[in-house]
This record gives sequence, C-alpha cells and structure tokens, in this order.
Amino acid sequence: MEQFDPRARSDIYGQRINRTSSPLRARSVPYLSIMIASVIPVVLIADVMPLVPPLGFLLLLGWRMVRPGLLPLWAGAPLGAFDDLFSGQPFGSAILLWSLAMIAIEIIETRFPWRGFWLDWFTAGVMVVAYWLATLLASGAPVTSEMLLVALPQALLAILLYPIMARMVASLDRFRLARARKIA
Amino acid sequence: MAPPSSRRSGFSRKAQYSLFTGYLLAGAGALLGLALLMLSLWQPSAFAPLRGGASDIVTPAGTAGAVARTETQGFFSSIGGYFNAGSQNAALREEMEIARVRLAEADAVRAENRRLKSLLGLQDSEVKPVSIARLVGSTATSTRRHAYLSAGANNGVTPGMPVISERGVIGRVLETGRNSARVLLLTDSESVLPVRRAKDDVIAFAEGRGDGLLRVRLVNLGINPLKVGDLMVTSGAGGYYRPGVAVAVISKITEDGGIARLVAEPAATNFVAVEPIHQAAAVAVLRGENSLGTPEGAANAEQRPSSATPTASAAADDR
Repeated sequence: MEQFDPRARSDIYGQRINRTSSPLRARSVPYLSIMIASVIPVVLIADVMPLVPPLGFLLLLGWRMVRPGLLPLWAGAPLGAFDDLFSGQPFGSAILLWSLAMIAIEIIETRFPWRGFWLDWFTAGVMVVAYWLATLLASGAPVTSEMLLVALPQALLAILLYPIMARMVASLDRFRLARARKIA
Repeated sequence: MAPPSSRRSGFSRKAQYSLFTGYLLAGAGALLGLALLMLSLWQPSAFAPLRGGASDIVTPAGTAGAVARTETQGFFSSIGGYFNAGSQNAALREEMEIARVRLAEADAVRAENRRLKSLLGLQDSEVKPVSIARLVGSTATSTRRHAYLSAGANNGVTPGMPVISERGVIGRVLETGRNSARVLLLTDSESVLPVRRAKDDVIAFAEGRGDGLLRVRLVNLGINPLKVGDLMVTSGAGGYYRPGVAVAVISKITEDGGIARLVAEPAATNFVAVEPIHQAAAVAVLRGENSLGTPEGAANAEQRPSSATPTASAAADDR
C-alpha cells in the first residue's frame, strides 16, 4: 500500500500502525506554549508605550476556546503567576485576572453553549478588552487619558490577533497529539 | 465552543464533585491572586527576589535579542543614509564650521573653569561606572515602563543606582537579580526626576506620563520661563543622579511647565552605564527617615514630593 501512497496508513497525527502519542507531550504543550508566550514580549524594548498585546493571555484564551476542557479550571492561577514574573505588572495581577477569566468563560459557556468560530472570537475579544482595562487599573500607576490613548492600539491588536492565535493553537494541538512514540 | 457532553456532570456524583472542586480551586486561586496583588501594590518590592530570579533566566535570550536589535538598527540607518546624503553633507559642513568656532571658545572656557576651580579648591573627580551593560528587554505588554539590564548584584548593581547612556539619563535601578536588574525608565508614570534647565537654574520636576513623554513641572510658579527646545539636565537634587546629565528637550509649553521629549531613548541605546548613587550618604539618611522602609517605596516617596512641598527634597540639594 505504501508503495502507491506513502501516507496511506497515516492521518494528520502521523502513522497509525505501531505508533502512539507521547503522554508527556500531550500534557505539557499547552502549558509550555502559554509560558513561552508570556516570556516573548520581554525581549522587545518598548520604551514609549505598551506595544505588544498580552500574548500569554491570548494563548490561554486560545487553548480554552479551541480545546475546551483541556486546561483545568484552576490553570489560570499557576500560569498567571508565571506571567506576573515577567510582565512588569504587580505580582498577583495575572493570578487574579487569569483565574477570573477562566471562571467567567466556564460560567458563560455552561449557561449559553455556543458553537462556531465567530462567537469564539467575540467572546475572546470581550475577555481581552476587559483584561486590558483591568491590567491598566491594576498596574499601580495612575490611569490618565494619555495612558489610555497610547494603550489603545494594544487592545485592538489583541482582538485582531485572536484568529491567528486560534490557528496557532490548532497546529500546536496537532503537534501535541502527534504519534511520536513507537510501540515496540 | 460548546463543551463536549462528557464535561456535563449530570447525575454522576463523581463528576459533580470534580466540577465543584475545579470551581473551588479556581476561586481560591483568584482570591490568592487578589491578596498577592494587594500585597505587591502596598509593598512593591515584596516579590523582588522572585522576579530577579526569573529575569536572570531570560537575560541570556534578551542579550542575543539586544545584539540583533542594535545590528539591524545600524543596517537600516545605513540604507536610509543614502537617501538624503547630499543635503545632509552640506548641512553638516556648515555645522562643522560653527562647531570649530564653538570648540575654540569651549577651550577657553575650560581653561578658565579649571583656574577658577583650583582657586576654590574643588576637585573634579570622574564618576566611574559600577558596570557597563546592555538593556536586554522591557515589559512590553504592561503599562508600566520597566527595562531589564544584563548586569545585577554580582556586578555590584544595587537598587537606586542611576542608569545612563552616552546621550543622557535612561532611568534608575529598581530591583536586582544576580545577573540582571530591573530599571524604572523615565517614561514610567511613577518616575519623577528633579531637573533644571541647562543654561540657567530654572528648577523643575520631570515626571513620566506613561506615553513616552515627560511632563516638566516647574517648582517656582509664576511666569513660565521655558521655551520649546530648552534642554533639561539633572539638577542633582535628591542625591541619586549626578548633576548636569541631559534628560529631555522641551517640545511643548504648558501652564505649569512643559512637555518634554527624552534625549536618551532606551530602544536606541547599545550599552548603558550603571553609575553609583551620587550622594549615597544623603540618600541613606533620607531613606532612614522614611517609614516606608522598602528601597523603592522610599525612593519613590523621596523623589515624588507631594505638590504641597515641592522643595522638600530639593533641600537635600547638591551644594
């Protein structure tokens, strides 16, 4: 069979015979990807205004929306603690806000179950804007109109970035479940 | 997306309990976060060791990023240089003629200065930087403007030390890790710096606005003497910075001072120098008097006088 089509016995997760997905990879990829996304903005020098949308939070939303049930409800607290180490916000702000976001999505989702990408995007957009406003308030700096103005592009960028994040989560999910382990 | 049916608890006790436990843990996490947030707003340096350790880990990656950044900047500016080479050449030639004259004048002034200083018995000691390092990163997602420095406690950097580039003031060290430090940039809305006009002694405070500009507030209100294009330098009040380092150029006049642009933009710097605290003894006394206790809190309170007593910290002036 393989002579005619090398992918005959495989699907998007790889070959089906004699292979299985690695449990370590399946468990760790969501957490590691969110942690890496939290660290990436540190490398950029933003001396004038907040430039980068909260990538860690966006990826958390992505995993929560694209693969509901994969991250436990309490995952916001430890991942938020990691994000707080690098974000420059006072320690605890992401622990609080990420936990609240997870709880809020869970409650909304059980009350009003929805399907479809557009509603995903809408929910993520609302969550991101609320998170953006809450981080401004929690940053410990007095909120002025100038500060809101320069931070506005960050919110818009975050909303526009969600579809890309969702696609990224989908491809990360394929990587996560790829059959990498050979059964002897 | 709608949850898969396996996540609906239904009548299963086990599923109901695990759902409840999930909510309980998440709620506890949120409460813990709230408590930690309150604590760190109250005591900003409470989690400094934790953050220091974390920034130590990412500093090597940031250093690689910093090298790439400065190299690409050079690349783009060299391309841009070709476009306006002709007019720039003429302008530069003219500028050089003027500069030659000024240089000769400056030589005379320097000689006179030396003579007068020797008369007074003052010694002009060169400030030796504690460490030379790169800015390796910043808090790009937050509204706070902090930068990460690739030198830390192992290099002798301590909180409060001024960070200065070849152009002017960058900011002040806030927290230190072993091999990294967190710098409060001038543009942060919590940053306040005592400044004066370079050509005379108009004293003011330069506060970060959080949008990349500084608000210069005059200490002595009355007729606003500032003009667009005035250079503000550190006054040395407060004891952290040595006097006479360039800070900002006034770009707009307001009622109580002006709006100023930074002279030394952190994103455009290659290496920065961490200098020792200018008047360490005075700063230590001021910190001791302050009941806040934390280095950052004391520094902020000391450098951020309430509008009622703007001259309070100027009392510790550089006499």
